[in-house]
Amino acid sequence: MQNDHRPTNVNPSDLAAFAWPITALSSILHRATGVILFIGIGFGLYALDMSLSSEEGFESLKGMMTSPFGQFVSWGLLSALGYHLVAGIKHLFMDFGMGETLEGSKFAARLTLFFSIVLAVLAGIWVIQG
Amino acid sequence: MVTQVTSFSRNGMSDWIVQRVTAVLLAAYTVALLGIVLLQGDMSHGDWQALFSQTWMQVFTLLAILSTCAHAWIGMWTLGTDYIREHYFGSGADGIRLVYQVFCVLLLAIYLIWCVKILWGN
Repeated sequence: MQNDHRPTNVNPSDLAAFAWPITALSSILHRATGVILFIGIGFGLYALDMSLSSEEGFESLKGMMTSPFGQFVSWGLLSALGYHLVAGIKHLFMDFGMGETLEGSKFAARLTLFFSIVLAVLAGIWVIQG
Repeated sequence: MVTQVTSFSRNGMSDWIVQRVTAVLLAAYTVALLGIVLLQGDMSHGDWQALFSQTWMQVFTLLAILSTCAHAWIGMWTLGTDYIREHYFGSGADGIRLVYQVFCVLLLAIYLIWCVKILWGN
């Protein structure tokens, strides 16, 4: 007979009740930035198309990307790319058996966050300077 | 073990290696493109067009978009099978997941065709 009170997987609505260790945060951010990039590729292709189409297209894209909204989108996508890239590199190290202990994975998650924040700041400076 | 019919490779080991090979190629493309743009400094439309009219850059970009399609499919497939389940979505979960997967494939197909058109169509 099935026990209706057996433990099952958590419901997303219960997630707020959980503590988020840094390793969980690092993992979910890798997934979230992946989804952002999945959509962001469309923005990238749009920009590439426009920039290569003509001199006027190139200049109007420049205008769009130096507007506050354009800067925000560019910064957001670059930061998402930076995080996804750094977290991916962490994964490759872990594929070779590095950082697989609890302490090791916490350290790797901290490093990932640190480097991705540095990249996000650099991306911000780059975007603002145009 | 359940074989997921919508996993193109039908094989987790193959997905695993494809995800890593495409990741390395995409990382290389990102670093290369960023490096060129940063080193060049103030790029004109002519410089930009000249860069993308070179065969190596066209081939590299095509490889990057092909890698993107494979990489994003494996990633989005994983998210779909992780989260779009009966436990969260009720009995319609399989249908919702199928619609989601079709959306992902179509969007990636559009990206691929669009990129080919940008590289060789203009």
